[in-house]
Amino acid sequence: MSKILDKQVLSPVIKLMVVEAPEIARKCLPGQFIILRIGEESERIPLTIADFNRENGTITIVFQEVGKTTKQLGMLEIGDSIRDLAGPLGMPSHVENFGAVICVGGGVGVAPVYPITRALKEAGNHVIGIIGSRNKELLFWEDKMREASSELHITTDDGSYVRKGFVSDVLKEIIEDRGKDNIAMVLAIGPQPMMRVCCRLTEEYGIKTIVSLNSLMVDGTGMCGCCRVTVGGKTRFVCVDGPEFDGHQVDFNELALRSAFFQNEERTAMERFSAQCCCGGAK
Amino acid sequence: MDNEQKAGKQKREIIPKKHPMPAQDPAARVKNFSEVATGYTKETAIDEAKRCIQCKKPFCREGCPVDVDIPGFIKLVSEGDFAGGIRVIKEKNALPAICGRVCPQENQCEQVCTMGKKNEPVAIGRLERFCADWELAGEVTPPKVEQPTGFKAAVVGSGPGGLTCAADLAKLGHQVTIFEALHVPGGVLMYGIPEFRLPKKVVQTEIDNLKKIGVEVKVNSVVGKFTTIDELLDGGGFDAVYIGTGAGLPYFMNIPGENSCGVYSANEFLTRVNLMKAYLFPEWDTPVKIGKKVAVLGGGNVAMDSARTALRLGAEESWIVYRRSEKELPARREEVEHAIEEGVKFAFLTSPVKIIADEKGIVKSMECLRYELGEPDESGRRSPVPIPGSEFIMDVDTVVVAIGQGPNPLVPRTTKGLEVTKRGNIVADLQTGATSKQGVYAGGDVVTGAATVILAMGAGRVAAKSIHEYLMNKK
Repeated sequence: MSKILDKQVLSPVIKLMVVEAPEIARKCLPGQFIILRIGEESERIPLTIADFNRENGTITIVFQEVGKTTKQLGMLEIGDSIRDLAGPLGMPSHVENFGAVICVGGGVGVAPVYPITRALKEAGNHVIGIIGSRNKELLFWEDKMREASSELHITTDDGSYVRKGFVSDVLKEIIEDRGKDNIAMVLAIGPQPMMRVCCRLTEEYGIKTIVSLNSLMVDGTGMCGCCRVTVGGKTRFVCVDGPEFDGHQVDFNELALRSAFFQNEERTAMERFSAQCCCGGAK
Repeated sequence: MDNEQKAGKQKREIIPKKHPMPAQDPAARVKNFSEVATGYTKETAIDEAKRCIQCKKPFCREGCPVDVDIPGFIKLVSEGDFAGGIRVIKEKNALPAICGRVCPQENQCEQVCTMGKKNEPVAIGRLERFCADWELAGEVTPPKVEQPTGFKAAVVGSGPGGLTCAADLAKLGHQVTIFEALHVPGGVLMYGIPEFRLPKKVVQTEIDNLKKIGVEVKVNSVVGKFTTIDELLDGGGFDAVYIGTGAGLPYFMNIPGENSCGVYSANEFLTRVNLMKAYLFPEWDTPVKIGKKVAVLGGGNVAMDSARTALRLGAEESWIVYRRSEKELPARREEVEHAIEEGVKFAFLTSPVKIIADEKGIVKSMECLRYELGEPDESGRRSPVPIPGSEFIMDVDTVVVAIGQGPNPLVPRTTKGLEVTKRGNIVADLQTGATSKQGVYAGGDVVTGAATVILAMGAGRVAAKSIHEYLMNKK
């Protein structure tokens, strides 16, 4: 059981929780994730570790309420406990002084991009941060990202904050402005279509791009292969070989199809859960 | 032996066949996940036990990887002393309710049973299960635990090998902590073997009994991630480690289209159903999608489990697709028969070369090749040879790949000085379980490659003995 020590509502659909997990906090590195299970009948879901505090023995998770499990998780309050929490899983990000790097976070992807951005800056990189969301309401962690980056650029799809445009638009402008040879690497984390667009763009410029994949998982320790993805023509497991991969090698088409496989079941679970909630059944 | 058989004959009439195992009717059981074999009654158990002729030289015992005193416990059962029977079994076997169900007795104790030379062997497995179930139905007497030694042992992985090793070490007075990566202990007994063959309650009860003798079980603890073997030994407070992490890495065919939706590894398919209870979706959250026509690739016990599970989930047709012939099926005969009774179909001498998906990426068919059997290979089995030009299309909408598993690399990769083979198996002395690293022992599938529950238990027992000697010499 892992106790929830703090909870923040970052946007109407994005929540943050600080969870007691001393053994994970002691070891975790930027880029790694955890698997959690809320209750006896719950599924196991992976969430990236958005932050950690080794002294306090806590980790921070940030999630968008998209289905039953994340909705249910969002209903837990400070003092409640998460039944199962395993980690840190996956390979940590490769952090060294590359020179100038661009860290792009789209939507809830700002959360996983944050600790890597911070680590890259600490390693001496000039870090250009780009964050964006559909609108102002959904944008979070501007302050944290500003602190973690050398410079920060913000955009919203509808122009309700700072400027109008996708993160990929800003990415393109910055590459054009600084010159492709002056950017050592791009890190892009967010919804699959966003990562795909960013990768297509940087491929044209020949800039190495790392993405962090959020495929479906069951065990998260390399046992089931549910999360497999084709990278450079080879099958890799996101849970143990990733979650980060060379974005130019990822078969995003296959990833999108595999991610959608249980869509109907996810809808069923969500509808059933909503009906129970309305009747005051579930907490 | 002949003399003994004669002696037996003089005493009583020989019953040539085993008392049949009562089982759910195939038509009914294929619609539920309840246990197929329902177990002997007391009367049947006594009658079956009386078939044993109590050989002076019990080959059955030699055939048992954990050296259970088989004639000893059977004699007590024949006298109606079930408490005595289970006590004798438990002297050597920590998990009899599990072994009685899933051990391949036909290749072990029952294969060498003297009765089996002219008739059917004594149903040793069924009697073992009967004794264990009899005990579980009442109050279980915890085994005797020696005085605390002050030593601490870590067991990594809570499958059959880890549980056996932990039980033995705890009985010898050592303090034992089991580290399990998943949220429930039991390893393959929980995620792999289906409910209808091994009820999870049985496994849970055996684990609860271990806790009663002081074994600590830490779930959600992925060794190699939140800690390492080196840390456990150096500063972690442990004096010795047993690695029983099994064969958890699924192999795939490496054919085109294998990442299509609807293609599962057997590990994923069975984990969803057994561990995550997908057959109870949407009451339980984890789903599993099953098509109308399922192809299971492979011919082992895992393949049979997958094919039978598919039928229970509502598949109209469930096919075993195997590249050799029926004779070479590595699965237990009993499992194959159960599968046939339930309506599983077999495509022998067949193997896919390509999986074909529809526009949504969901599998719709497989291109297969037919095979014929050629010369025997190194395993002694005739190796399958593809017949050129024999390509044909098999329409399927779900594929389960059950062609075997390798060792999970998380522990070997993060342990300094631990020797592994090219295939990633840990190198360990089979007589002692000792690895290349002092204080670290290993056994079961992670050493031998995928095998059976009882062999893993045997390895756990061997290692426990070595760990005990190692620790006592440290004193």
